[in-house]
Amino acid sequence: MSSWITHNVWLIPVTPIVVTLFTLSIGKHARMTSAMFAVLGQVAALAMWILVFIPTLHSHGFRVVENFTWFTFGDQSLRIGFVLDPLAAAMMAMITLVGLCIFVFSIGYMADDKNFSRFFAYLSFFSGAMLGVVVANSLLLAFVFWELVGLASYLLIGFWIERPSAAAAAKKAFITTRIGDMGFFLGLLWLYHASGTLLFYDGGHGCLENVAMLGASATFIALLIFCGAVGKSGQFPLHVWLPDAMEGPTPVSALIHAATMVAAGVFLVARVYPIFVVGAINGVTPSLEVVVWIGVITGLMAALIAVAQSDVKRILAYSTVSQLGLMMVSLGVGGVAAGIMHLLAHGFFKALLFLGAGSVIHGLHHEQDIRKMGGLRRLLPITFATYAVGMMALSGVPFFFSGAWTKEEILHATADWPRSHVPHYLMMIGVVLTALYMTRQIIYVFFGSARANAGHAHESPSVMTIPLIVLAICSVAFGIVLTPAWPWLHEYLNGESATFDWSKLIQPMLFISLALVGAGIGIGAALYRRAGETDPLQQKLPALFRFLENKMWIDELYDRTIIAISAFSARVSDWMDRHIWDGLVRGFGVIGQLLGAFTTDTDENVINTGVDETTGGARGFGRVMSRLHSGQIQIYLGAVALGMLALLLFYAWLT
Amino acid sequence: MTLSIFLIVSAALFCIGLLAALSRRHAIFILIGIEMMLAAANINFIAFWRFAPQPAQPTGVMVAIFSIAIAAAEAAIGLAMVIAVYRHFRTTNVDQLDQLKG
Repeated sequence: MSSWITHNVWLIPVTPIVVTLFTLSIGKHARMTSAMFAVLGQVAALAMWILVFIPTLHSHGFRVVENFTWFTFGDQSLRIGFVLDPLAAAMMAMITLVGLCIFVFSIGYMADDKNFSRFFAYLSFFSGAMLGVVVANSLLLAFVFWELVGLASYLLIGFWIERPSAAAAAKKAFITTRIGDMGFFLGLLWLYHASGTLLFYDGGHGCLENVAMLGASATFIALLIFCGAVGKSGQFPLHVWLPDAMEGPTPVSALIHAATMVAAGVFLVARVYPIFVVGAINGVTPSLEVVVWIGVITGLMAALIAVAQSDVKRILAYSTVSQLGLMMVSLGVGGVAAGIMHLLAHGFFKALLFLGAGSVIHGLHHEQDIRKMGGLRRLLPITFATYAVGMMALSGVPFFFSGAWTKEEILHATADWPRSHVPHYLMMIGVVLTALYMTRQIIYVFFGSARANAGHAHESPSVMTIPLIVLAICSVAFGIVLTPAWPWLHEYLNGESATFDWSKLIQPMLFISLALVGAGIGIGAALYRRAGETDPLQQKLPALFRFLENKMWIDELYDRTIIAISAFSARVSDWMDRHIWDGLVRGFGVIGQLLGAFTTDTDENVINTGVDETTGGARGFGRVMSRLHSGQIQIYLGAVALGMLALLLFYAWLT
Repeated sequence: MTLSIFLIVSAALFCIGLLAALSRRHAIFILIGIEMMLAAANINFIAFWRFAPQPAQPTGVMVAIFSIAIAAAEAAIGLAMVIAVYRHFRTTNVDQLDQLKG
């Protein structure tokens, strides 16, 4: 059974997509049925993941590849396929498990929505598309699923289509990621041109197995593919769509920020990592250096912005952007396993935080401003407890939370980067800021006294709290396989076996991160302990706060520059279209009309006349001939008699 | 009695028959005219045989007998057609039977 499923991993992404088609076909009134099918589809994917996961444990560097020819053109054939390796298996674990929790949570969160069944269809679609990206063994197939992820995000961010802001956010997400995807597509074409295949692994002939032949073009291919990752994973300068994507329902935010969309970019870089390291000197290549600096800029910038946001979901959104930057830094400095581990751990606790935020929003009847909350720890005890777990995991509180170990691993990796130590120190500042803004958020939401209408909040039903508890347990328990004492996941991803060694548990870096997190939480607690409606930071540094609150004016900058330029060029094109191109087309039209008139004239006066004359002649001749044919039998007989007489006379004349 | 007398009679009979066939309006009379032309032809056969170098052989008589038999068959078909035409058109006047007019 398990060997059969390892050769048919395509079933895992296809199952949720089939559920989507089924759910869409049964109509909007089958509310509970569609939710049940979506959850069942996710359970089926999870079950299949377990079946494929077990064989990957048996051997190190396990990899099963199933390739087939999609179509043939000329003497070339385009082959696609599916791959199962530790990277894919680890990603699928997170996607299916987190996805399942989010699906169950949505049953409660979306209970009153009129498009309940459509929502679940889209959720399944999103999950299936993401699973497809993970198991694709061809850059083209990955690109196809990648775009399906983009489509699903568009549909879900704009799910409340009647809100103009949601429609605008969906459009923004779609267009912004499309800019990156164009780079991705160019990279894909270039890779095909350079290597002649898009298969990752093909028994020694795949593009990732012969990266050396790419030579100098590898840098450009890697950077172009990285463009796609920048768009999808919300890296600077294409991060602007991610906070706006908060317009979607909260479970969608959880799915985008934890399990599916943004993970795709980091995953893609990890998947095509061999292309990034072609020609590496000491583990550094130009393309990886770009990855590092983009990650550093993104990580630090988003963490700073998060400190000054007041929307509970926006804080988490910028936190995601920041953490993704951290992952990119990790990938860039060579810590692929560390980056993916942080991605997986982040998937669990960020889903937890988003669903917790969703629970708060649900309890407060769709109030999202943290300044109007407060004192909710007594009213929403389960949400508070799980949220605190998520907050500590995200901040990186050592020992018991998964985030701590992965962050430590990343700091280790950055410390060893031979190029520069600046990313290492900047990432340390990022860790402090993470702890700071999470402390700020949790104090505003759960501590102090109730502001505005927060006193009437109610705890969410168990269909929503149970996923929170499950995710909280995952966030803590996941740490077991991450510790330096037993770095099982690290070695699993690297295709090696892990050994158990208690003495490695305590590393010097652990104290540094303990100090950093302690500093962040301490500053946060001191600063926001007595926080009221106005932010303490706003009172002390109003200019800085305004700068950060408005997201460093990046949206405005884009509005003034790129969007203004494109709007201007659109107007110019419109004018050109109306006055120049239209005139040209009209001119050609007039020429055509003249030609038409000329040919009509020729037709009517020359050709028609000739034909008329010919037919008239034939008709006249026929009329004469038909007159001879009178039907009078005696005239015929007379003609015969005359003919005979003529013959006789001719004969007489001859003799 | 020479050959030319027979031939003159025969030619006269033929001309009378032709005139009848061309001028009469009634289909039956046209048939009669045709029969007369056939009779003129038969007279020719008999006359040429009678004044031929070897009249002992009955060749002319045989041809005439065949010709008469064929003429009888032809007359039978012609009369049948006339009856059919009459049933259809209620007339035997050939002037009015001009449906084949072009």
